[in-house]
Formats: sequence, C-alpha cells, structure tokens
Amino acid sequence: MLDYVWLVPIFPVIGVLINGLLGHKLSKRLVGFVACSVIFFSFALSVLLFLSLLKLPPEARSFEKIVYTWIATGDFKTNIGFLVDPLSIVMMLVVSGVSFLIHVYSVGYMHDDEGFRRYFTYLNLFVFSMLVLVCSNNFLLMFVGWEGVGLCSYLLIGFWYQRKEPADAGKKAFVVNRIGDYGFLLGMMLIFVTFGTLNFYDVFQSAHHNFHVGNLTITAITLLLFVGATGKSAQIPLYTWLPDAMEGPTPVSALIHAATMVTAGVYMVVRCNVLFTLAPISLTVVAIVGVVTAVFTASIALTANDIKRVLAYSTISQLGYMFLACGVGAYAAGIFHLMTHAFFKALLFLGAGSVMHAMSGELDMRKMGALKSHMPRTYWTFLIATLAIAGIFPFAGFFSKDEILWNAFQQNTILWALGAGAALMTAFYMFRVVFMTFHGESRVDEEVKEHLHESPPVMTNPLIILAILSAVGGFVGIPIIKGANFFHDFLAPVTGGHAVESAKITLTNLAYASGGHASAAEAGHHSIGLEVLMMIVSLAIAGIGIGLAYYMYIKNPSAPKKLAQRFTLLYQLIFNRYFVDEIYDFLFVNPIKRGSTLLWQIFDAKFIDGMINGAGQIVKWSSVGLKRVQTGYVQNYALSILIGVGAIIVYFLYM
Amino acid sequence: MNQLNFPLLTLIAFLPVLGAIFIMLMNKEEKTTIRWAALITTFVNFLFSLPLFFCFRDDTAEMQFVEKAVWIKDYGMSYSVGIDGISLLLILLTTFFAPICVVACWKDITDKVKEFMICLLLLETGMVGVFISLDLFLFYVFWEVVLIPMYLLIGVWGNPDRRIYAAIKFFLFTMFGSLLMLVAILFLYFYNHSVTGEYTFSLLKLYELGIPHYYQTWLFLAFFFAFAIKVPMFPFHTWLPDAHTEAPTVGSVLLAAVLLKMGTYGFLRFSMPLFPEASHNFVPLISILAIIGIIYGALVSMVQKDLKRLVAFSSVSHLGFVMLGLFALNMQGLQGGLIQMINHGLSTGALFLLVGMIYERRHTRMIADFGGLSKVMPVFATIFMIVTLSSIGLPGLNGFVGEFLILLGTFKSNVVYAVFAATGVIFAAVYMLWMFQRVMFGEVTHEENKNLKDLSLREVGVLIPVLILIFWIGLYPKTFLSKTETSIKHFLTEFNNKYEMSIQREGKILAENEGIEVSAKR
Repeated sequence: MLDYVWLVPIFPVIGVLINGLLGHKLSKRLVGFVACSVIFFSFALSVLLFLSLLKLPPEARSFEKIVYTWIATGDFKTNIGFLVDPLSIVMMLVVSGVSFLIHVYSVGYMHDDEGFRRYFTYLNLFVFSMLVLVCSNNFLLMFVGWEGVGLCSYLLIGFWYQRKEPADAGKKAFVVNRIGDYGFLLGMMLIFVTFGTLNFYDVFQSAHHNFHVGNLTITAITLLLFVGATGKSAQIPLYTWLPDAMEGPTPVSALIHAATMVTAGVYMVVRCNVLFTLAPISLTVVAIVGVVTAVFTASIALTANDIKRVLAYSTISQLGYMFLACGVGAYAAGIFHLMTHAFFKALLFLGAGSVMHAMSGELDMRKMGALKSHMPRTYWTFLIATLAIAGIFPFAGFFSKDEILWNAFQQNTILWALGAGAALMTAFYMFRVVFMTFHGESRVDEEVKEHLHESPPVMTNPLIILAILSAVGGFVGIPIIKGANFFHDFLAPVTGGHAVESAKITLTNLAYASGGHASAAEAGHHSIGLEVLMMIVSLAIAGIGIGLAYYMYIKNPSAPKKLAQRFTLLYQLIFNRYFVDEIYDFLFVNPIKRGSTLLWQIFDAKFIDGMINGAGQIVKWSSVGLKRVQTGYVQNYALSILIGVGAIIVYFLYM
Repeated sequence: MNQLNFPLLTLIAFLPVLGAIFIMLMNKEEKTTIRWAALITTFVNFLFSLPLFFCFRDDTAEMQFVEKAVWIKDYGMSYSVGIDGISLLLILLTTFFAPICVVACWKDITDKVKEFMICLLLLETGMVGVFISLDLFLFYVFWEVVLIPMYLLIGVWGNPDRRIYAAIKFFLFTMFGSLLMLVAILFLYFYNHSVTGEYTFSLLKLYELGIPHYYQTWLFLAFFFAFAIKVPMFPFHTWLPDAHTEAPTVGSVLLAAVLLKMGTYGFLRFSMPLFPEASHNFVPLISILAIIGIIYGALVSMVQKDLKRLVAFSSVSHLGFVMLGLFALNMQGLQGGLIQMINHGLSTGALFLLVGMIYERRHTRMIADFGGLSKVMPVFATIFMIVTLSSIGLPGLNGFVGEFLILLGTFKSNVVYAVFAATGVIFAAVYMLWMFQRVMFGEVTHEENKNLKDLSLREVGVLIPVLILIFWIGLYPKTFLSKTETSIKHFLTEFNNKYEMSIQREGKILAENEGIEVSAKR
C-alpha cells in the first residue's frame, strides 16, 4: 500500500491535465466534477496510507519511495522520492481533506465566474504542489512544492487579473515569497556542503550523530531555512503579502492563505526539528519572531473593517502561535494547532465567502449587521469556528492553543504573557467580527438587503463538515490524562516525545532521542494542578476578550469611536497597519526602482556606450584630419615628398 | 575513423550551404518554395543531428565522430572536427532552432526572402562549425563566418530606424575581440613551433603544450576579450540590447539561443584548458564580473520599456549565471553552466519568438502599448507564462536545474559569491513577473488590442517543441546531464592536473632563479 504514495500528488496532476488541456470542451459540471474527484482520490488514498501506517509499530512508521533519480552530477544526487511517516501523513490528510471540501464549496462559489475552468486548473495544480511539498523525502523536491505553491498562490491571488489590485497583490506575494526562498535556497546549499546530501533521513541522522547542540553551521542552516519559513508563512518581516492576498477569490484565501500553503513554513520547521533542536539560538529566534508576530498582527486585526483582512491578520497571528510552539520545542503542539487552525480558519473564510456571496461581494463590516436571521447555517458554523479560534472549551482551538501556551509557560513566562495577550486580542477581534456581521442593527444597503439569502447546499455542506471538525477535532489531543493525547503520541516518532521507547535509531525515533531532552516542555516537570490552573486562566482571558467585544459592539456601540478619539495617535498607527508597507516602499522598493533607472540611463547609455562611441568619434575625427592630406593635387604630394627628403637629409647630417 | 564510419559532422555543417546554393538558383519570386526549401534543409539537418545524440558514447571523454583531413599542410592547418559532451548539446540546440526559425519567419519576412534564407542557412553552417572545430584556424574561420550573415540579418531586415547603428555596433564589438583572439592564436601557433618544432593549429596538440605563466596571462586576456564580448559579460554587453532590439525576430532568437553560447563555449573549449593557470588566477575577476552582470542585468531589465530590450538585459543576467558556474571549477558548477546554456537558449529563444509574434500583430514592442492580453489571447498568455516561469527558474522547469547546480557549485567554491549571485533569483521574479503583469493583466486599454488574434496553429507548432524540452529538462534532466558528465569530469581532472603541473613548474623555475641569485652572491 505504502508503495503507492507517489499517486497522492499525481491525482491532482490528472485533473490539471484534463481541465487545462480539454477544459474548454467540457461543461462546467464536468470540470467541477473532475477537479473534485481527483482531490477526493488523493484524500482516499491518504486515508488508506494512514491506516496501513497505523498497523505498523510506531518505530517502523517511516517509509521511503524512490521514483527516479532527478538531478545527479558529480557527488550531488537527488531523487524524486516520497516519504510516508506520521508527520507527512497528517499533512497529507489535512491538505487533501480540507482541499476536497473547499473544492466542493468552490463549485458553488465560482459557479457564475467565466474563469471557472481556469480556476479549477490552478486549484488542482496548487494541491499537487502542496502534496509534493509535504510528501517529499528530500529538501530539493520539497523546494519544488515550495515554489510551486508560491506560483499557484500568485496565479490565484491574481485570478481576477483584469483589476489592478489582484494583479499587484499576486506579484507582491510571489516576490516576497522569493525573498524567503532565497534563504531556503542558501540553507539547502549549506546543508549539502555540510552533509553531502539533501535527503531528510541522511541529513537528520548525520546531524544527530556528528553535531553537538549549539553548532554554528547548524545554527546558520536553521536560520536560513527559517528565513524561507517567514516568507511562506507570512511572519515578520515578510508578512506584508498575506493581507494583500485577500484580493483572490475567497475559497482560495481559505485554502491557500489560511489552511494549507501558509502553514508550509511550520511544517518545514517541524520536519527539520532535529536540526532546530541542535540550534538553541535558532529556536529562540523562531519563538520570538512567532510570538511577536502573533501579538503585532493581532493588534492590527483589532481595527480592520474588511472582514477578510481581519481574518488574514488573524491567520498571520495564529501562524505566529505555531512558530512559538516550534520555538519552545513543542513541535507536536505546533502541528496540532496547524491542523485545528486549518479546520476553523478555513471555515471562517468560507463563512466570510458565504456572507460575501449573500451581500453581492461586500466586505466592509460597517455595512453589515444582523445577518444572523438571513443565513442561519452560515451564522452557526461561523460561530463555532469563532469559539474554536478564541480557545473556548471544548472546541478544537482550545486544546491546541492551550498546549502551546502551556509549553511556552514552562519555558519562559514572558513568551507566555505575550501569547496570552494575543489570545485576548484574538477573542476580542473575532467576536467583534461576529457581532458586527451577524448581530446588532442592520447597516446593509437597501438594494443588497433584498437579495440577502443563505448560500446553496453545495456551499453550506462543507461549512457544516468543517464546523464538526472545528468542534470536536481537539479531542485527538487531550492534555493531562496520560495516553489520551493520541495526536501527540502518533507524531512522537518524528517530533520527539514519550511514546517511543525503542533505543534503535531510525528516522522515526531519531527526533525523540535528540528532541526529548532539549525541550523542558515535553518532560512535564510541573504539577497537574498548575496545568489545570493555566487552562482556567486561558479560558478567563478568552472570556474577557469576548466580554469586551460584547460591551463595545452590542451593549455600547458608541464606545469604539470614543476610544479611537481618545487615543487618536495609537488608533491611526494601528488602523494604518503601522505603515509597514509604506516603510518598505520607502526603504527598498523605490530606491531600487530609481537606482535601476539611473544605472541604465547613466551607466549603460552614457558611460559604457559613451566610451565606445567616443572611441568611434576619435577614429572619425582623426580620419577627417588625415583626409585633408589626401588632396589629390600632385603639387601637394610633391611638397610632402620634398619635406620628407629634407627631413631625412637633416636626420643623417645632424643626428 | 569514427563510430559511424560516416562524415556526419561535415554533413551537418555543410548541408545548409548546399541548401543555400540550391536556393540561390531559385527564382526569387517563388517565395513559398524558397521557404519550403529552407525548411526542408534545416529539418533534415536536424534529423541528421539526432544520431549524434543517440550514438554518442557517454562513457568516454575522447572526441567522437572525429574527421580529419589535411588542409594546408605547410602551415599545419587541417580540417579536423569532432565533438565531446561539451559541444554535443550545443550542436543539437543549433540544429533544433534552425527549422523553428524558418517556420517562425514564414509570414514575418516578406521582403528579400531568398537572401534572408541564404543568410540563415549560412549562419547555421557557421554556428555548427564553431562547435565542431578541433583546429584553431578552422575555428577562427567559422567564428568569423557567423559574423557576416548575422550582420546582414540585423542590417538588412532589422528595424529601419536604428538597424545600421546596431549592426555596425555588433560587428565592431565582435570584430575587436576576434582580432585579439587571432593574434593570440598566431602567437600560440609560433610558440608551439618554437617548443616542439612543429607547425600546427590542432587544438588537441596545443592542449599538451605547457605554456609559461607569463604568456598564459596575456593569451588568456586576448581570448577573454573575444569571448567575453560574445557572451556578453558585463561591461562588454552594451551591443547586445541594441542588436536584439533592432534584429528581426529570428535574428534575435538565434543570437540569444546560439550565438551567445559561442562565447561561453569558447571559455570551456579554449581559454580554460589552454591556459589553466591564468584561468585560475582570473577566477575572482570573472566571478565578480559575472555577479555584477547577474544583478546589473536584472536591475536594468526591470526598468525597460521595450519588451525585446528587457529580454536582452535578462540575457546578460542569465549568462552571468553561466559564467559563474563555469568558473566555479567543480562538477556542479560546470554541469550547471553547460545545461544552463541550453536552458537559456530554450527560454530566451522562446521569449523572443513570443515577442516576435506579438510584434507581427501590433508592430510595437513597447510594454505600455499592451495590457490585458490574457483576455484576448489566452493561448499566447499561457505559453508566455510557462516560458516566463522557465526563465525565472521555477523548480520543475528547465531553468531551475541549471540555476541550482550553478549556485550549488559556486557555493562550494566560494560562499560569498553564491550569496550575492542568488539574489538574482529574487530580481528575476521581479522583472519578469512585472513585465508579464503589464503585458497580460489588467483591462485592455488600447483599442488595437481588442481584436488581436490568438496564436495560429503554425505559431503554436513553433513553440510546442521548445515547451516539451522545457518540461523534459526540468523533470528528467538526466537524459542530458548524463551525456555531458564524463566529458566534464575529464575536463576538470585535466584542468586540475595541468594547473598543478604549471604551479610546480613555476615553483621549480622560481627555485632555480633563487639558486642562481644565491650563487651569484657568493
């Protein structure tokens, strides 16, 4: 069974080929059907792989399938090869599962768009790239998926390319991602120079055996890789592309810019946890970048009025949490949050899409309100997702977020405090969205009001499934009770933990050996009482956030305005997203543009060509001068001969 | 004689001449017949070149398909041809693009078709000749043969406004380098005689010559100017944008795809093996110029308003990568550089074809005159996208394989170079995607663009073979890398051996000199 892993990414390619090459001859129904079914096949196969992996004992749950040698020259060799292990299978399941639901939803959402076929071709291509990213057994093939998802993101953000904003946003996303990829690329080369291979297994094993904690080369490698992660997963300083990416169709935002692609950085860090664990400096950087991003972008979400922008900043903030988890060595918690986040954030975006669908494309929450009665299914599912992201028991987000905060708390109280602060803001801004959109008084335009409707079942059914997952998904990772954290135990062979007790070093339990003791988090020295207390604190924080939102947007709707007036400067700063885009333009974009023009017009045209043309001119002038000598008159020539003879005589007589 | 017992290389080199003679005899009004004759000639020539690939033995670094005949005995000039892994792919690239060019200019060139096709065919002979010559004199002849038809292509069929300026600039730049090279070749010739007592231009024999360090530097520089101008390396690149912009479409295609490779090939075939010590000493200079080229080409490319000029500057950037790879002096760098020559030929060739197609329709190349073409010409836009992605090195397509190997090789030999060069990857995305956006995206703002016809079957047919190779090299580069592996490995061993020997010799001389000094003091 495991031999067929390569088919997982191949199915979507079939969809790309059918819809891309023959799409114009097929009906929309058929195009949608093809696109959805290939993803379903990938999902079904992932489930089968998962089941056959479960049958194996934990330490044997790692399988490599080499398809062929890709690039080989000299001592360099990489394969097209795939890896099935607990980490990759979780990613495969999440990616293909959520993708499938969003594909189905898209059939309804994009129904009237004339780019329907193009849309599904791109979407399938995206799933292909994403699956390659998570299934590959080496860095280089991972990079194929890594850049591939960047490309699809570019294509899909700019899907409505006739308008300027989406096209600009798409380009920005690609370029910013490339800046990150630059780091990834250098990291990869340093890995090759250090280890002589790019295969995950070989690299990690060699790192484990030959390098000590704190090794500088490993630190450099991990920092470079993390630069790649900040690009793809939109962390400070490379997060600015993600809010703009909301110009794409909403299901795309749900799939690519919330559930899957942007989590690639987290996946990569966890995949390389052996390396990161050897580099405490890098881990600290990861944790700090993560938590600062979480707080910083959550604050921007507080004042945004565009529903998708709020969700975008929220995504960045939640990704920050995942990196915080990685940074404190709680890799499994990071992946856990990645999974639950995929459920509830996809749901939130799709819910927002459903709202947009009803509101004729309106995104401004100031023009919404009281939509609850018009679209009950959207409302209830959206509410569940909001409860999940706010971290309310027993919804999925509670478990994963709490695990991260608990781990952070054990390592460093400041990290915890910042994380908790972000959690407070998260609960506030999410309920602000719920209240502004679904509750209170209707501020909807009269024209739009007449058309308000619940979305068709093809769109609401995926919402319901995701709502169920967001509600109960957390129970795969129950804390405190020993043996109840199935998720953690399942991932333990890759991420380190207490489940594996075999002493044999294989890829699967390699991480355990190196990862286990590095993170105090996994050891669990603190008492259960403290852990329970921290949970209650988390819940209280979420409660305060919700309460504040309720007070400001239901109870006393004039409060936000007053607050904004009182703290004008701060409000303006946040409302304008700290002017980061403007600062980047000023510091990098504009100087490069202007400098390049100067280079071309001054250096190329004036200097180099000036020299060349100058040389030409000199030749021309001198020939003009010399031309005078060739007069054609015999007497002139006779004169010059005479002068010549005279000169020779003088020479011989006097020299 | 060789593995086929058949003068295949000669046939491939001179079949186009035969075709040209044939066309010369035709009535110049029968334009379609002339086009067909050219197409058949080039296509048959392509078919003839395929056995080179399939019968090529990749387990030896010896010259293959060798032919040798005495030319002018007294002066040691011989007609000696043969190929190894270094030249194999470049010859195929040439014969591959020739028929594509004929089809591409089917409707574009309507004036003086006969003369045009003759020039094209002679150009093919020259290009193939350059890559197969194993005799320095023969090489020089072919090198110059290439110059004339290309000069005519630009000067006669180019853009009327500035074609003469561009053609003369092209000619003078290249000529300047060639002359220095000629002097160096003659010097080698006489130096060899003074050492071995034999007059010969045979490359393989000259390889054996241990040239003293002092001469190596000057000879290297002389060759360097010829090749660096051809590549073109920064700062010798300014002829390229003009030549590209003014040349007719297929002129640009061949210029980019093949002619520039004559420069990089020259380094590999002549400069480096003949003057290993000098090559070694010039690594910093060449690497830094290459890196400046990568970044400078990309930055300047970004602000171009003319499509062809943009692509031309992107060539400066790409060729910078190639040079950097070659002078990394390790397997990955050299192999990457070699495969990147092919990749650049494919992607930039295709880009010029595409720009030519849109130029035929709109008679403008200004980016500002377009916008929203995706809507009007979806097939064109799709192919343009794929080629763009190939050009910016998207993994899975050909450009990545070359770029990655080059950067890896560079990283191995000098981390700092790699760190700077890799920024080219970012800039490439900026200038190409921005260009793509301005041409393809947005509303159709110009009335003339509203009714543009999408690509015809002929035009798609021209591009499909290139696209196939773009994917092929991207997904399964082994087909090509394995052909060149042995030759490059051999090249590298020889290079290192000769370098070592050269160093030892210098050391000995130095020691002797010191000895003399010491004894003199006594």
